[in-house]
Amino acid sequence: MLVSLNWLKNYVDYGDLTPEQLGEKITKSGIEVDGIEYVISETSDNIVVGYVKECEQHPNADKLKLCQVDVGEEELLQIICGAPNVAQGQKVVVAKPGAVLPGDFKIKKVKLRGIESNGMICSLQELSVGERFVHSQYAEGIVVLPEDAVVGEEVDALLNLDDAILEFDLTPNRADALSMIGVAYEVGAILDEDITLPEPTLPSSDEKVADYVEVKIDDLEACPYYGAFIIKDVEVKPAPLWMQNYLLAAGVRSINNVVDITNYVLLEYGQPLHAFDYDLLNSKEIVVRRAKEKEQIVTLDDQTRTLSEDNLLITNGEKGIALAGVMGGADTEVNDATTTILLEAAYFDGQVIRQTVKETGLRSDASTRYERGIDPNRVREAGIRACELLAKYANGTVVEGVAEVDELDRNDWTVDINTQVVNRRLGTAISNDEMEAILRKLRFGYEVNGDDITVTIPTRRGDITIFEDMLEEIARIYGYDHLPYTLPANASKPGGLSDEQLLRREVNGYLQSIGLSEAITYSLLNKKDASSFVSPELSNDLKPVSLAMPMSEDHQYLRLSLIPELLSRLTYNVARKQANVGLYELGSVFLSEEQEVTKQPKEYLRLSGAITGHWLDHAWQEEVKQVDFYVVKGIVEGLFKYLNLDVTYQQAKVEDMHPGRCATLYHGDVAIGFLGQVHPAVTNERDLKETYVFDIDMEYILQLDRDPLMYEPVPKYPSILRDIAFVVSNTVQAGDIQSEVKRVGAPLVTKVEAFDVYTGDNVKADEKSLAFNIHYQDPNKTLTDEEVDASMKEIVTAIEEKFGGYVRS
Amino acid sequence: MSLIKGGIIVQEQLKQLEQEAIEKVANVVDLKALQEIQVAYTGRKGSITEVLRGMGKLSKEERPIIGELANKVRASIQATIDEKKAALELEQLEKQLEKETIDVTLPGRPVQFGGSHVLTSLIEEIEDLFIGLGYEVREGPEVETDYYNFEALNLPKGHPARDMQDSFYITNELLLRTHTSPVQARTMRALDGQEPIRMICPGKVYRRDSDDATHSHQFTQIEGLYVDKNVRMSDLKGTLDLFAKKMFGEDRDIRLRPSFFPFTEPSVEMDISCKVCSGEGCSVCKQTGWIEILGAGMVHPSVLEMAGYDPNVYTGFAFGMGPDRIAMLKYGIEDIRRFYTNDMRFLKQFHEA
Repeated sequence: MLVSLNWLKNYVDYGDLTPEQLGEKITKSGIEVDGIEYVISETSDNIVVGYVKECEQHPNADKLKLCQVDVGEEELLQIICGAPNVAQGQKVVVAKPGAVLPGDFKIKKVKLRGIESNGMICSLQELSVGERFVHSQYAEGIVVLPEDAVVGEEVDALLNLDDAILEFDLTPNRADALSMIGVAYEVGAILDEDITLPEPTLPSSDEKVADYVEVKIDDLEACPYYGAFIIKDVEVKPAPLWMQNYLLAAGVRSINNVVDITNYVLLEYGQPLHAFDYDLLNSKEIVVRRAKEKEQIVTLDDQTRTLSEDNLLITNGEKGIALAGVMGGADTEVNDATTTILLEAAYFDGQVIRQTVKETGLRSDASTRYERGIDPNRVREAGIRACELLAKYANGTVVEGVAEVDELDRNDWTVDINTQVVNRRLGTAISNDEMEAILRKLRFGYEVNGDDITVTIPTRRGDITIFEDMLEEIARIYGYDHLPYTLPANASKPGGLSDEQLLRREVNGYLQSIGLSEAITYSLLNKKDASSFVSPELSNDLKPVSLAMPMSEDHQYLRLSLIPELLSRLTYNVARKQANVGLYELGSVFLSEEQEVTKQPKEYLRLSGAITGHWLDHAWQEEVKQVDFYVVKGIVEGLFKYLNLDVTYQQAKVEDMHPGRCATLYHGDVAIGFLGQVHPAVTNERDLKETYVFDIDMEYILQLDRDPLMYEPVPKYPSILRDIAFVVSNTVQAGDIQSEVKRVGAPLVTKVEAFDVYTGDNVKADEKSLAFNIHYQDPNKTLTDEEVDASMKEIVTAIEEKFGGYVRS
Repeated sequence: MSLIKGGIIVQEQLKQLEQEAIEKVANVVDLKALQEIQVAYTGRKGSITEVLRGMGKLSKEERPIIGELANKVRASIQATIDEKKAALELEQLEKQLEKETIDVTLPGRPVQFGGSHVLTSLIEEIEDLFIGLGYEVREGPEVETDYYNFEALNLPKGHPARDMQDSFYITNELLLRTHTSPVQARTMRALDGQEPIRMICPGKVYRRDSDDATHSHQFTQIEGLYVDKNVRMSDLKGTLDLFAKKMFGEDRDIRLRPSFFPFTEPSVEMDISCKVCSGEGCSVCKQTGWIEILGAGMVHPSVLEMAGYDPNVYTGFAFGMGPDRIAMLKYGIEDIRRFYTNDMRFLKQFHEA
């Protein structure tokens, strides 16, 4: 809502407050003033109405005119003007010598092509009028003022140059402030000022409205009131300049006096009105009914609209003439030839209009007001106000009476409050007297009985229905600034994070400490990404959940894995010369097996990472290490060590992953994710070099019972370390040998670590040598070499038998 | 006992040798030459040995005297050589260390570290602040039912305020949550009107906005809820003041102004004075001197009632804010999309913090 302060002054006096000060007060009381606009950026004296008495060709210049202009002074001003539209007999805007136009342009006597010029005839642009405040008829050339402009008067008021416009950012509850009168009530309450409102009356006449039209309503719930006024002998022409000015300030373009008056009253009363050309109705009745399925109407914007039973239609008894509350029909539009007007003032149900707006996508000043709810007590009055203005500014004759169907509830209602309860809820100490003063400022009726007050809520404030609504009204007029600062007096208990939340923070801390950056990525992906890299332990029947009405294909499906979007982030970075990228994310995936979704998908927290480029980069020392499988495995192993969980790794084939460089993760028998190299075909397509990822089921890990930490005594006896290398077939995996060594060597073998893999000289082509450290430890005594030798012998035998390997000497 | 002629000659020879050796040692400049001197004088075939060979010609009485003298001379020469050797070795070490000099201005081996996303850091900071005030952190699903996202929050179907947050629906009854408030509704419902509540709920939310510098279809929110007996609006004001001063600095001014949310009544919007212009008015605060930071209010009685709390017994307040917006203001980030593109050059700026 754009509020012209010059317009507002007609209803309420805001004294000496600057627009900024007034805006600040309004903001602090509950309606946010989002901005303040000025019609012109700089003002100046000595800019007045002039009358062009004579206008001749400049003797020395083809494009200049020599004008003698009356500016209400004894002498005429001789002014040279270059505007093509200047002519004798016009009322124009004159900047007299002494005026200062924007850009510090001082007007003084000058000679132009040998002839004296004593001022300047101005265009609105030259006065620095903001673009949106330039009337369409003044867009080109100098301003030609109406004939009734008074010669010699300053033009500020006439052209509304001194206006400032407050831009309201209204919350949906404050429908009352969608009108100048509503704003006047608000400002009156804030400043404790009286307000002056129009009191229109319907003139009497010889003719009765019943002879022209009869109103019928089919659906009284959707339309409890419809009033039709008839104004005849109307002269369609431009509206008075002051009205055009106000409309322009409010952001509405001037069309003609009839349309402008309906818009003016809409803005003044918050009541939408519509003018039909009566002669084009071709009937003497108005029937308000639901549209039929597939019924069509051509609206004012020349669009054919196909309707449904959800829409309310104004008809001439036969066919639609307006889409109720939203837009009029093209067939009955007021035009230059119109002489008789049927003026509609109606009350339509907000929900019905909202539905129509949603279906048609048409939103107008009228529909916005209906959707939010209008004041039932202003419907008819607004119609009468428009009739009055049409009589005055369109020379119309108002036919007596209004053709109407009226089932509208115009009753106000009451809300009970109690001073003590108000104070208890707000934490204040407002007295009964103060409370009454607040209600008076709001212009609400009330009855006092001790601390009990019964407040009568006027129908313009449909947003106030319960005690808490009144609480806010009292608090905002009292001033939120004046509320005390307290903290709750209730007993408190310690707050904190749950075990799961703490664990998540620890996992974050670990990954960050080893060099990964946390990413936050989008949950909504395109179809392909949303269903790639699904961890193999998840069901095969998963379908990514789709939005019903996505904004784009890029963000249509809920992700089943975090990896695709992490890869996109790698590509983004690599494309910007960030070749070494390590990202991880802790976020939800959305699992549903339903073909047609009916239930909330399961939201599983997953921990995923993606790394490409150098992992170690000590540039000048020439120690550069490309990320590889074992880097990523090391990160994941470190995590599980940190979390004190035993996890095993199995060679696996996972879609979109390198077939030979991928492992699935197991905690006991439970599969909990995978890690490895992304399939080169995928990385190629994504413009990435070798890239490694991991993906872990955090949902599972978070729900595990964590063993309480217990101290284990530091070993008292020395341990023994043996190295051994086995030559085995290339197909044998180190992990299998390691498990076998552990199994055979138990319980003395405490740790087995692979430390070398060798192929080449002295080893056959299809074989490899795997070397291990084997740690022996007896917690109860010092081990002897004989004991260890015996165990080693058993181990060697077992490896030879199981894997066909032999000890490398 | 005195020496006769032969003894005197040997004695003279030894003294001469000693003097000669000491002089040579003094002039030596490297260990190799020193070694040669040692061999020449004190070695098995050295000069002293040679002199002693002539002892056979001496008298029985003279021999021990000369023998003793010879030992003294040998020891004296050896001591001179040892001393010189130590000096030469030290000199050599110093030369070698000098050669080992490195460029200390070259960079060290980098220690690798990553870091939190700025939104996570900010959310954790807010969590910790409220944990200190006795709040718990609660979470809930991102795909919500229409009931918990809207209806339980006093936004029945067809409510005009639903426009304020156009949503991503999956079915008529399921949608991506438009705010974290449903977590509050779920928590209240779970406690069934029996217990006081002190909670904050951070998380991702989604709205039907085209992505641009100030809009993102996905962003984060953190909301708080305090429900108990006799909770006053002044308690909300005090709590928000405490929060804002901790979060944005003690020197910030705070302004509450009335607003509207369907789930609170009265409703509040909180502004803090603009840090950039200190309230003078600038482009960051749109010339107002104030920056909108959060929305809040007293929990609407219908919301309490729907969740099983008797609004005549329990009252409460709720507040909510957007970490994305706060981070943008706090760090001067110009484009909300930066949070989700995860440019390393962006992310790393917040790792040292």
